[in-house]
Amino acid sequence: MPYGVNNSERLIMRNIRLIARLDIKGPNLIKGIHLEGLRVMGSPNEHAIRYYQQGADELIYMDCVASLYGRNNLSEIVRAAAKNIFIPMTVGGGIRSVDDATQILRAGADKVAVNTAAVATPQLITDISRRFGSQCMVLSIEAKQVRPGQWEAYTDNGREHTGLDVVEWVKRGVALGAGEVLLTSVDREGTRKGFDIELVKAVTSEISVPVIASGGMGKPEDVLDVVVEGGADAVAMADILHYKRADINEIRMFAKSESLEVRHYDQLRSHCN
Amino acid sequence: MTSSEVTVIDYGVGNLLSVQRGLEHCGAKVSVSSDPEEILSAKRVVLPGVGAFGNAMQTLEGLGLVEVVREVAHRQTPLLCICLGMQLLMDESEEFGITAGLGLIPGRVIPVPIRTTSGDSQKIPHIGWNVLQPSCESGSWKNTILQDNMVGETAYFVHSFMAVPDDSSHRIADCLYGGHKIAATIGRNNITGCQFHPEKSGEVGLKILRRFCRD
Repeated sequence: MPYGVNNSERLIMRNIRLIARLDIKGPNLIKGIHLEGLRVMGSPNEHAIRYYQQGADELIYMDCVASLYGRNNLSEIVRAAAKNIFIPMTVGGGIRSVDDATQILRAGADKVAVNTAAVATPQLITDISRRFGSQCMVLSIEAKQVRPGQWEAYTDNGREHTGLDVVEWVKRGVALGAGEVLLTSVDREGTRKGFDIELVKAVTSEISVPVIASGGMGKPEDVLDVVVEGGADAVAMADILHYKRADINEIRMFAKSESLEVRHYDQLRSHCN
Repeated sequence: MTSSEVTVIDYGVGNLLSVQRGLEHCGAKVSVSSDPEEILSAKRVVLPGVGAFGNAMQTLEGLGLVEVVREVAHRQTPLLCICLGMQLLMDESEEFGITAGLGLIPGRVIPVPIRTTSGDSQKIPHIGWNVLQPSCESGSWKNTILQDNMVGETAYFVHSFMAVPDDSSHRIADCLYGGHKIAATIGRNNITGCQFHPEKSGEVGLKILRRFCRD
């Protein structure tokens, strides 16, 4: 099995990462449903700092309209965030070249997430991975179910068909050098109905690189199934945090109480600054 | 906090901005430089690094900085080496053939084991938050760069190779990955290396940077 591992050989799961996802349009943090119907939530930086203080393990910034206009506006937001946020940051949306990736990494990002441009030019995955290391190259997938057990990859924030089967595309992306996969279920995104466990499982059982499950987290309990059944290495959360229905510390405590391995984070201590 | 001066060596690798911002957050006045004179006269020096060992040594060599870093170490200037920077401290690395390092801490750089101690395959690179444990039997970080940190705190790692010092007294902290002990922090006199990224490890890492700026 060149790309993956079977379930009996599932890699040891450790320290499931709790990631805050910030979808950005222009200067604003926004939130939609199925990646559409975007509502302005406020300042990205204020939210990011709050999630950092709550103990987020990482942040993901996604420029929602970048692909549409062919540019990424996040450099300034990331540069500002790097002043007072000291955890890993992944940035995606409109990254079309190694130069775009270089620019965003220089602004303080640690990884870049690429979807649309990788579909158009798969070689970009290899180029970014060779230049900065595979740990830096996150393949972003927007998945919509087409029939039971099958999903199609979309681009441009869930707007454009690719005709690519998600599982096949992920396997190819990993073979090309992707070091991590951000797997967003467009069907579940913003619905609070829980993650698409079948989708996550279909992907994690075929590849050996870490998978971040995104889309659908409605309550802390949702973390459990996507990790235990789905095999996710990390969960990305947006709606649940932006609408303050739970904070990251509560989710961490819940995960601990269910014996999931999460990072030890001492919230009180971290505030003695 | 009185402002302390730190020079970060710029040799064209890695995310220097985050290291700089982390140090600034800890009250340091930071300059980023590849100028030998400036580095040699610095009060404190940080050697960051992301990428491949051989490439990094070549670039340092090309900039005339290999001897400069060795001189910094010999002058007893506090020197903090991060991630690949820490690996460069060793005698040599097995990454893409054998490449000589700075030779400031005796030992080698070898791949992170692809199997756990119980024989299961494990993910490479080792990415994510991992727990720091004292290396020595006494279990104390007193008088080390980790003296403000608590045992069990976590730091952010991203690496495929690991440093193995010959002398176990040069190990300050380890983490466990698939049952294997990985050197997380090493030190010898004025030289400290962190395999993890203190500038990406939240408050845990900032405590380390603050201590470095203070000592």
